[in-house]
Amino acid sequence: MQELLGIPSPLLFGQLLIGLINGAFYALLSLGLAVIFGVLNVINFAHGALYMMGAFVAWLLLTYLGIGYWPALVVAPLIVGAVGILIERTMLSRLYDLDHLYGLLFTFGLALIIEGTFINFYGVSGQPYAPPQVLTGGYNLGFMFLPAYRGWVIVASLLVCFGTWLLIERTRLGSYLRAAVERPDLVRAFGINVPLMMTLTYGFGVALAGFAGVLAAPLYTVSPIMGQNLIIVVFAIVVIGGLGSILGSIVTGLGIGLIEGLTRTFYPEASSTVVFVIMAIVLIIRPHGLFGRPRE
Amino acid sequence: MQLTKWAMASTALLVLAGAAQAEISGGVVKIGVLNDRSGLYADLSGEGSVVAARMAVEDFAGGLDVEVLSADHQNKPDVGSSVARQWIDQEGVDVIVDVPTSSVALAVQQVTSDTDTAFLNSGAATTALTNDQCAPTFVHWTYDTYALSVGTGKAVVEGGGDTWFFLTADYAFGHQLQADTAAVVEANGGKVLGSVNHPLSTTDFSSFLLQAQASGAKVIGLANAGGDTTNAIKQANSFGIVQSGQQLAALLGFITDVNALGLDVAQGLTLTTGFYWDRDDASRAFAERFAEKMNGQMPTMVHAGVYSAVAHYLKAVAEIDDDGGKAAVDQMKTMPINDFFATDGKIRPDGRMVHDMYLVKVKSPAESKGPWDYYTILATIPGDEAFKPLAESTCSLVAN
Repeated sequence: MQELLGIPSPLLFGQLLIGLINGAFYALLSLGLAVIFGVLNVINFAHGALYMMGAFVAWLLLTYLGIGYWPALVVAPLIVGAVGILIERTMLSRLYDLDHLYGLLFTFGLALIIEGTFINFYGVSGQPYAPPQVLTGGYNLGFMFLPAYRGWVIVASLLVCFGTWLLIERTRLGSYLRAAVERPDLVRAFGINVPLMMTLTYGFGVALAGFAGVLAAPLYTVSPIMGQNLIIVVFAIVVIGGLGSILGSIVTGLGIGLIEGLTRTFYPEASSTVVFVIMAIVLIIRPHGLFGRPRE
Repeated sequence: MQLTKWAMASTALLVLAGAAQAEISGGVVKIGVLNDRSGLYADLSGEGSVVAARMAVEDFAGGLDVEVLSADHQNKPDVGSSVARQWIDQEGVDVIVDVPTSSVALAVQQVTSDTDTAFLNSGAATTALTNDQCAPTFVHWTYDTYALSVGTGKAVVEGGGDTWFFLTADYAFGHQLQADTAAVVEANGGKVLGSVNHPLSTTDFSSFLLQAQASGAKVIGLANAGGDTTNAIKQANSFGIVQSGQQLAALLGFITDVNALGLDVAQGLTLTTGFYWDRDDASRAFAERFAEKMNGQMPTMVHAGVYSAVAHYLKAVAEIDDDGGKAAVDQMKTMPINDFFATDGKIRPDGRMVHDMYLVKVKSPAESKGPWDYYTILATIPGDEAFKPLAESTCSLVAN
């Protein structure tokens, strides 16, 4: 058997592909965080809880209304987005004038409340959620067996990431958004409704988290604590990519997925820490992240 | 200081009154149920254990005043030991019950043995509690890593699964469980081909599963618990590992884990458990009462163990009219345990409660007749085989 870096090459290719799949997932989550930070200047600690909510809404739709995976993929993010809009309008928008810390503390508390509520009703063990019929089974790629559902996750995540990047970097709406980040006062002077844009941005950002939650439901157990561990990793990715950088979060998400996959092969005990080691190194060398610009 | 004064004063009063009966401290037996109420073990212990303890108190007819307290140890040893200390020093708690998570249980063991407080553990797995770190105030009630490995390990090897690869949670419990199981596998003629340590609370197991697949082992042993186990099983299923002929052995699985996975995914798994609710009339009667108070959730072996331990403790305390830790546990050791949980159970000098364990197989969706109808009992493992022989114990209370 051929060997690369001391391990059989089929195994290495398998690990790289898995890393890429996880990376696509990270990219999707960190993208929502980056968009929210870029436009609202809020560090959204509730992102993990809203991701969990997306998965739970999909499960609730299936269990109580018999609505399956494909409609849930659209409906659940809409519901989560609506919850996000409600949160932004009634509470978060009052904190914009204050220091970043207030937004962070508020969203952190909110995450605890959302998770606590779900734990109260559904416990922590989680609920089963099966992948849709057409995506069961998988393909034998020669070097590994690729579950069809994982293949779909990478396609869906990359499409949504690319779409979001296009929307923000290449459309008129996106240019308003970017302008509102730099000079909200000037943009308002042109007659553009900046508060409305912020509300919709928050709704969109958390809807992305909800979308990721639905994608995750058939992969992992749908549990109220599923967002807790993930959110910390995703934060590290946003920091490495550069706070607020859209492209940075996508590229870094994919890259970290790959590095994590390799760590799991060569030194598995460190696989949950490697991302933070990288974060520390990046912060020392480039404090504003790989793709970020220094803020004034 | 104040406490000592108070104790001296009350002792003096007792002597004056010439009363011999008031050896129950404070006149009331206080039971503290200490476990995970919000984290990954909250469903298998948590509120259910408090409900089970209350049921045992309700059913007890020995004329004692009994009070049940509860607290969350958050799976942190420092939180667990400080709650235990506060309960004992300030609230006058006489017995601490449940305490899942081996590292927390070991920390609490230190406190209870220093303060002569009884400690009845149902939720934790490590055999260290009845070996190097054993104490005269301690009883390990429900299961331990040795019993799990003997049950599942032996059965799987005998069923033809003689080459193993372990996915192991990277902390004391996982390593202990792997070591115990590897010993059983090798003693029965099997071979261990390799293992990989994964961090606690891993979400994605696919990399580890690929390594297990590449090892070519017939059996993938999961030396982990809770969400780690359910995620690993669910993902093994999607990677076609079971379909391609490799077998999964979940070394520690609770009925709540099976419920979380769903029978589609969990069917065919072999598990070792100390209790299954649908075993006989007595266990069903207990489970149905329990479920009524728990929104339909059936008891895990940890919940059942808490009931059994508290019931036995109260009987012992009523017998000797003394709730001192060592005195109560000494009395418990002299009485056999016969209830829905154990038949002729006995507590050994090292604190191990010896009772039968059950080897079960998870039903297929077609076999299951309704909610929580999950297991077929394959075999009963007699207590003397299920637990580590006393002769091999490293506990200082055992004269070896």
